[in-house]
Amino acid sequence: MFGAGGGTSSYKEAEDTDLIILWGSNAREAHPIFFHHVLKGIHNGARLFVVDPRKTTSAQWADTWLGLDVGTDIALANTVAREIIQAGLANSEFINRSTSGFDEYAKSVEPFTLEKGEKLTGVPAELIRKLAHSYAKADRAQLCWTLGITEHHNGTDNVFSLINLALLTGHVGRYGSGIVPLRGQNNVQGGGDMGALPNKLPGFQDVETDAKARLRFEARWGTSIPAKRGWHLSQMFEAMERGELRTLYVIGENPAQSEANVSHAISLLQGLEHLVVQDIFLTKTAELATVVLPASANWVEAEGTVTSSERRVQRVRKALNPPGMARNDIEIICDIAKRLGHDWGHPTAEEVWDELRSLSPIHAGMSYKRLEELGGIQWPCLDENDPGSPFLHGRLWQYPVVGPLAPFTPVEHIPALDTLSDEFPIRLTTGRRLDSFNTGVQSGGFTSPLRKPETLNISPQDMDKFGLVDGEVVSVTSRRGSIHAPVLKDATLRPGLAFMTFHFPDEVDTNSLTIDAWDPKSGTAEFKATAIRIEKITGIQDKAKSSSRAEALT
Amino acid sequence: MDLKTSGRPASPKEKEAVDSVISQLEKPSGVVETNGKSAHVAYEIPFYNKMGPRDLLLPALHAIQERIGWISHGALDYLSLQLGVPPAETYGVASFYAMFSLEEAPATVIHVCDDIACRAAKNADPAAFMNDEYGQPDIDVNGLMWIRSPCLGRCEEGSAALVQRAGEANRRILLAPVNANSLSDGISRPSDQWIGTDSARVPQRETDQSSLRLLKRVGVTDPLSIDSYRSHGGYGPLRRALDIGPENVIREIKDAKLMGRGGAAFPTAVKWGSVAGNSVRPHYFVCNADESEPGTFKDRVIMEQDPFSIVEGLTVAGFATGCEKGYIYIRGEYPLGEERISNAVSMAKKKGLLGRDIMGRGFDFDIEVRRGAGAYIAGEETALFNSIEGKRAEPRNKPPFPAQAGLFNKPTGVNNVETLINVLEILSIGGPEFAQIGTPDSTGTRLFCLSGSVNKPGLYEAPFGIQLGELLKMAGGITTGKSLKTILLGGAAGSFVGPDQLDIRLSFEGVRAAGVTLGSGVIMVFDQGADMDQVVLRIAQFFREESCGQCVPCRVGTARLEELLTRIVNGTTIGSRNDELALLGKVSTVMRESSICGLGQTAANAVESAFRLGLVGG
Amino acid sequence: MNDGIALAIRRSIKITVDGKEVAAPEGSTILQTCRTNGIDIPTLCYLENLTPVNTCRLCMVEVEGSRTLVPSCSRKIESGMVIQTESQRVSDSRKMVLELLASSVDMSIVSPELAGWMERYQVDKERFGPPAAPGQIGGREKTRAGHHHKNDGTSAATVAEPTKVDNNQYVRDYSRCVLCYRCVEACGTDAQNTFAIALGGRGFEAHITTEFGVALPESACVYCGNCVAVCPTNALMSKIEYDLRQVGGWDESKQSITRTICPYCGVGCNLEIHEQDNRIVKVTSPSDHDVTHGMLCVKGRFGFEFING
Repeated sequence: MFGAGGGTSSYKEAEDTDLIILWGSNAREAHPIFFHHVLKGIHNGARLFVVDPRKTTSAQWADTWLGLDVGTDIALANTVAREIIQAGLANSEFINRSTSGFDEYAKSVEPFTLEKGEKLTGVPAELIRKLAHSYAKADRAQLCWTLGITEHHNGTDNVFSLINLALLTGHVGRYGSGIVPLRGQNNVQGGGDMGALPNKLPGFQDVETDAKARLRFEARWGTSIPAKRGWHLSQMFEAMERGELRTLYVIGENPAQSEANVSHAISLLQGLEHLVVQDIFLTKTAELATVVLPASANWVEAEGTVTSSERRVQRVRKALNPPGMARNDIEIICDIAKRLGHDWGHPTAEEVWDELRSLSPIHAGMSYKRLEELGGIQWPCLDENDPGSPFLHGRLWQYPVVGPLAPFTPVEHIPALDTLSDEFPIRLTTGRRLDSFNTGVQSGGFTSPLRKPETLNISPQDMDKFGLVDGEVVSVTSRRGSIHAPVLKDATLRPGLAFMTFHFPDEVDTNSLTIDAWDPKSGTAEFKATAIRIEKITGIQDKAKSSSRAEALT
Repeated sequence: MDLKTSGRPASPKEKEAVDSVISQLEKPSGVVETNGKSAHVAYEIPFYNKMGPRDLLLPALHAIQERIGWISHGALDYLSLQLGVPPAETYGVASFYAMFSLEEAPATVIHVCDDIACRAAKNADPAAFMNDEYGQPDIDVNGLMWIRSPCLGRCEEGSAALVQRAGEANRRILLAPVNANSLSDGISRPSDQWIGTDSARVPQRETDQSSLRLLKRVGVTDPLSIDSYRSHGGYGPLRRALDIGPENVIREIKDAKLMGRGGAAFPTAVKWGSVAGNSVRPHYFVCNADESEPGTFKDRVIMEQDPFSIVEGLTVAGFATGCEKGYIYIRGEYPLGEERISNAVSMAKKKGLLGRDIMGRGFDFDIEVRRGAGAYIAGEETALFNSIEGKRAEPRNKPPFPAQAGLFNKPTGVNNVETLINVLEILSIGGPEFAQIGTPDSTGTRLFCLSGSVNKPGLYEAPFGIQLGELLKMAGGITTGKSLKTILLGGAAGSFVGPDQLDIRLSFEGVRAAGVTLGSGVIMVFDQGADMDQVVLRIAQFFREESCGQCVPCRVGTARLEELLTRIVNGTTIGSRNDELALLGKVSTVMRESSICGLGQTAANAVESAFRLGLVGG
Repeated sequence: MNDGIALAIRRSIKITVDGKEVAAPEGSTILQTCRTNGIDIPTLCYLENLTPVNTCRLCMVEVEGSRTLVPSCSRKIESGMVIQTESQRVSDSRKMVLELLASSVDMSIVSPELAGWMERYQVDKERFGPPAAPGQIGGREKTRAGHHHKNDGTSAATVAEPTKVDNNQYVRDYSRCVLCYRCVEACGTDAQNTFAIALGGRGFEAHITTEFGVALPESACVYCGNCVAVCPTNALMSKIEYDLRQVGGWDESKQSITRTICPYCGVGCNLEIHEQDNRIVKVTSPSDHDVTHGMLCVKGRFGFEFING
């Protein structure tokens, strides 16, 4: 937000706030320990609103659940905004002092009456009104989201629509009021912080517009850096398709299973001239590789840092020796550099980190020693006397505001691209279960008593409508592929809504259904909204035969 | 809350039972049609994890128990989902109370008292006849099962049984005295034809009616009629209270020097004053009618014979302390008392003596009657709060005291029945005059429960300071033909005294000087024929079975105490008898010094006093 | 205005402990005050991240003017309090509490602190006689409240029963359970809010249980293992540790503990990796870290098998 990508609040603020909104986040299962803080808040008297198409286990703790139709987040946010403005509940003092672009924004949400909001989102108008009024009137409020917001073709716009609400109500920049994107993996935040974004150098310094920063990096690295943004993941696949990208170096990612429309992705990977995969597992992607570089597990076989969803940089440490020939990423990368003619020596993790500190001002004060002593530090931390920043943007509450005003960003509601039709009448959305993680390469290693085989979950009403029973294998077809999966009755779902995870790609390859449309700003694919149809298979009742057979239709 | 249940279904009858208790609640979900395209469940959860209807847990468990005779897994799951209470917690609560069965049980269950007062009266196991007539306890024989029970509060009769029958025509009835014939005659009839014994033994009424203050209406008024109550002075005290205002009510009580009759002898005015002065709202007032101390039956007599006085006393207490809501928590073994109190509450509501704008003075107060479920420890005031809240009746650590954080963690006043009816007397005659009764430090009269080997067992009222011997004399002396061995003073948590101690003055200071306690006013008389080994062992068993199990000194200490006594009685001591006595001293010390509540702190008192008097292990 | 954090303003209160005047902020407990002043008080049920239940009665101290001893874990200090932490009364009580426990519960693998206190107070676990024969599973669970099996007193009743092994993540050996309530609190409102377990029954027959004693996979348990983490007597133990102990392979002298960050979601939970023979044998979380407060989810606590290969 406002330049640097990170949540504005600390987890602890959820304990001391008055209202918590989980929007597109099932933290109870996907971020269980963050949810502990939410629970403390609830016990301290905070109200919880959950916005999610499914009545998730998080929603079951809520005072109010808003079960919107998949892909209508912007419509809902804009309706909430209009209601806040209409009811005279906007924080006009904050808006006037600390923001820009309000008038244009107000105009953009004007059409979103409660009635229209209800029609677009499927959420009863009275609940939209309740959320609007409660959020606007709360003294402190936390607005949290996860992949339910970002894994859409317009994920970035979804995020803007929520940031707009925080600006409209002044719920940012104060202890207890903030906006919190919960990161899905242990170092997604750190990856972005370290410049693993197409347009950023470490510390969110823009490679195209911040010439000064670029010069500092060039000086330090003794090389020139093109002032041009690179590709994000989805653009890379498009470049492969065009034949522009012919060599790919994949570190710790499993696109052969995690990409949307996965059979298409695999064929592109297979078409590469040279594919290098560096991973701790021989993943499906690694099986396609020209060269596999076995790596150590960074969280327990190497030294380093990761950054959490509250911008806290924390140390990971080596407790085990890596198996066999596995080596840590720094060694591998330095060796590759050496073979390419650059001798970077044998830097320790701390030496690499200290170089980063010398170039990224928001990390400058975070020595290993201090990270150790303080149990992690939240950026920005500008020097070694800086305790770090538990929450961001306090400057918006200074008179006058220090630095640039926070801009409203009007956004348009564009429905999910994979539209429902007579042929594909069911909306499939995806998510995680408590005891599993992503494509299951890590969590598959332990035998969880909770784990059940992958199923296509549908509402009790649809079970009846299609005449299905629990465990019955059905054919699930999208515009991209078709799989077989057993169905499971799920009372948290509404008619017309289906749910799957992608934890078990070897058994049920959910991502052969999902659409590879992606958000042009973030490159994140629209995993959350697929149009499918469900068909009874006569003759297959045996659960053992439920394994999927991806059949590419294109 | 993520509630998970086993998926076992509840039967329609089980559901009906639960629904009958919680039907007044708003359902947590509703279906809203939008767009005409899909039905959305608007999931509004008004109470999960907030202070809510969890306090209906015990009433709902009672409903299932009454209707079905036991609480099945399916019924427990259904109840848990309805109230938003996790099933494990519901199970933890249900399994705490002796009156709930978590295993399939026959429709008729007879709880037969085998406790010390009935032993004192019989000099034998008072439940022995059941073995002869109905076979072994705890076994379903042709739809009937009997169970040994701790004291049922009919000590003046010398034997008692509580009959629980489940089903459509469910009923509980407390029968006394009982023998094989009367019992089988009783239970062979349909439950609506059961006839309980509606009598109260107050022998003074025949001889010395004028000396009765607290018992003046017992046997005189119709306990079902509010008019009868009013024609005998009823609701005069409340009128006076409303006239003089809360502060002056408390001042009257202060002038009267009223001390709580529950056992701790705390100045009532101080307690009320600190509730009244607490700025946290709301306030609650609780009447502790969970009388369970072995040998005690005084509160039951008041509840059965003069129920309106308790309702009025609690209303006055609520007025003086700024409460809008009062609770009367009645022992589950007292069906008639509960019936009459409930009747009194509803009559009072009808007459505008409860509810909104009482007596037109702008005072709002309501009373809810709650039923215990078979747990002596629930009589401990903080355990009682937990029980009302739908939790296990585990006592809380103090501080905080109830006046700071009591029921639902709000400022709460709590008094037992006897204390509250004293307040009516104080408002009738004035605090200063009340203070003239009894001794200077123990004012007013006291109720005494005489049981065991006396000629006229029953409930007595006497001014504080009366000598133990005089009281015995009032009760007609030791049973004709017997001679006195010992008297248990104060109940199972009290002490034995010898025949040479009849000059003890029964006042707070008098018993303190003698190193004993008045407790709940129990005077239990044993003659030379009593098997004191078995009596003392029964006391130890009682505490082991009634310990909540929360703290180590009490949970393990009561078990070790029983084992130790068994060894002494059987002559199988570890080391010498003196070694055992030394160990007993150490166990009782840690129990007294380190237990959470009064149960553990006093559990060894009677046992130790029995050894001092040489009553055990001859 | 910039940081808006309301700092609680707390007065300092002076009390006397063992003849020495010490001060602590208002609202502190006696235990907190003593520990910050370097005075050791033994505890068992107390854990800094859980609400004190003061059931074990080990931390009792003598407070002048109080009829009984006072649980230091939950009693807040008041100005002018005079406290004895190690008087004869206090140590007699602690010794007896530990003896009552040790006579009824298997305390053979407890924390080093607890073992140290048992030694300090010279605990004789057989002074109430030899332990009675172990019960069967369900023995205590099936006992109706207010009833018990009477024994002849020549042996001491215990809580012994067979270990419950009903899932792959952790086992429950209630022979070792001292009923400190920690697991119930961690499963309940103090942390996980799953409420899979509760206290059942009462008195000596009180026990930790699921509803009707159902196996964990049938209960609400989500295997976060936070109950295991807070158990002071190893009544709850991860299956890996249990299996290793069964074959004599658990060796704490060969273990190292390294702090790192969980490899799963983006919350950043601190993990303590317990390593033995270059394998992870246990994962815990530091209780003094403000992200986890010692608590983890199933992935963080048990999801490390992929690294052991």
